[in-house]
Amino acid sequence: MSAPTFFLLGASHHTAPLELREKLALAGDKLDALHGELRSLAGLQEFAVLNTCNRVEIYGVAAQPETVAHLQAALCALNQLDAAVFARIRLELRDRTALQHLLEVAAGIDSQMVGETEILGQVKDAYAAAQARGTTGPVLNRIFQKTFQAAKHVRTNTAIGEGQISVASVAVDLALKIFGDLRRCRVLVVGAGAIGEKTARAFKSRDVGEMAVASRNFQHAGELATTLAAQTVAFDRVAEALPHFDIAVCSTAAPVAIVTQAMAALAMRQRAVRPLFFIDLAMPRNIEPGVADLPNVFLYNLDDLAKVSAENLALRQAEMERVRSLLTEKADVLWRQVEPRLSGNHAAT
Amino acid sequence: MTFLGLGDRAWLWLASACYLIAFVLGTVALLRDRRQSRLAMYAIVAAGFVLQTLGLYLRGRAVKGCPIGNTFEIFQFTAWSAISLYLVIGATFRLSLLGYFTSCLSAVLTVVSLGAPGWDATRRINAFGGTAWVELHAALALFSYGVFALLALTSGMYLLQTYSLKHKHLRGLFSFLPSILDLDHISVRLLLVGVVLMTWSLGIGAYHWLQDLASVDTPKLLTAGVWLAYCLVLILRLRSRLVAQRLAWVCVVLFVAALLSLGPVNASRHPVAPAVPPPAHKP
Repeated sequence: MSAPTFFLLGASHHTAPLELREKLALAGDKLDALHGELRSLAGLQEFAVLNTCNRVEIYGVAAQPETVAHLQAALCALNQLDAAVFARIRLELRDRTALQHLLEVAAGIDSQMVGETEILGQVKDAYAAAQARGTTGPVLNRIFQKTFQAAKHVRTNTAIGEGQISVASVAVDLALKIFGDLRRCRVLVVGAGAIGEKTARAFKSRDVGEMAVASRNFQHAGELATTLAAQTVAFDRVAEALPHFDIAVCSTAAPVAIVTQAMAALAMRQRAVRPLFFIDLAMPRNIEPGVADLPNVFLYNLDDLAKVSAENLALRQAEMERVRSLLTEKADVLWRQVEPRLSGNHAAT
Repeated sequence: MTFLGLGDRAWLWLASACYLIAFVLGTVALLRDRRQSRLAMYAIVAAGFVLQTLGLYLRGRAVKGCPIGNTFEIFQFTAWSAISLYLVIGATFRLSLLGYFTSCLSAVLTVVSLGAPGWDATRRINAFGGTAWVELHAALALFSYGVFALLALTSGMYLLQTYSLKHKHLRGLFSFLPSILDLDHISVRLLLVGVVLMTWSLGIGAYHWLQDLASVDTPKLLTAGVWLAYCLVLILRLRSRLVAQRLAWVCVVLFVAALLSLGPVNASRHPVAPAVPPPAHKP
């Protein structure tokens, strides 16, 4: 009888296209059903399911090699996915390699957006859910706890999480560089389009002081204002309102500039001490480029934000090798601790 | 006068070494695109401050007064003032890179003063003739110069951050700079503190000058001019007439002018004061 193995079985954005990931996604009852199936699976000693929009990965301890094959069959049956199709997208790793993979996932270097932090929370949630269901044991407990420490370590000691990479987050980062504390800032959102809304939400999540929405379509403005718990400003009074705001996010479909240099200069005369930050997310641009020449005024358009985002992404990618090497060291140490536990499980069985 | 066998200049060299180390470590961290440890920077600068305080104390004991009797001592005292303020401000406002820039300024001021033997060729014993008020006036004036030095640094940081944001160069050194608004707030506070200290100093000085109007010479008027200029800047800033980059540039230029004015002011003081050559320098 062979010793139990630590394994990973699943698929991620690296191995599977979106359509297949959709099929594999364990939404709602499916996740409960899978847990029920796996609990009764012979030889599966411990397991935890990591289920995100980009990956479905099952980490576990299998008593026999065939246990993983049974698990795969259960997963395919539940998702009504052909076994041959799953075989093409399957990611199956064992022992030390599976451990290294988990560390890389938690540290964010396996993510689509390299260095993103959300994944660590998702791994923590997956572990907490497994713990609550009683499907973890000495091996997974050790592995996951050490994984969280390793992920935190690389985040603190490398630049893998430096700089934002979504346009909305880059805009918020820039606002922080100008104002420091956003809680005392007032944001004016001009235009109720998708990208404007996304940026407004990013600001909202950072607890900006006040927010107002202006749109040609007053109904759209009202709807967005309601979802953001913001006020509304009549579109034709934007110029008048400008001096009272610190940040203006423009994303209208207007064919000409709606904020002119003269308009911004007038606004600055009423608020000379506090800077004014314009974010132009529209195409064609909503803000005259000359606005950037005014003192204490900062203007970023879509291209500028995309450039910053690309620079941040390049920086993160440059850090990947350093992170991987740090995680390899961690995985070596952790594997030396885990191996005897696996043997312990073997003795117990 | 020595302590543990080391003279005042030796202690001041050690202090300079600390400021230099802080500056070099900060530069290395920036070149590697890493955030420097604020605690480590603070600790090294604080160690330098302790050593410099000791050195200045020994010098003060030797010259029987506040050690601001020659150009060397004036530069040392100005650097000491800036550092002491940084230790308060750095702990309170936690402005990143302020420690780096302060260590850079202090390293320059102290190393240059130590490296210019002519500046310390003559030491004035009891330079203020035992008049405590005059000594307080001079010390306060120099301390306010330390405040203005720090103001010039925060203004320089403001200009760098503005340049970074305007020209979309956000990486490297720029990525660690404090926000525009934080820098503006700290600059206004420093401007206010500097003006108050200098007003206090000149108030004491004016009391003595009024008793001896003949003693009011060009260098004293120069000092009053520096004070007047800073007062004007403060008023214009508080009335929102001088803001943003223009304010920052004025603060930098004004500090350079103030520093240059120290030469003639010092040269004019106590022209017939008893002078002694310094003891042989210890390494």
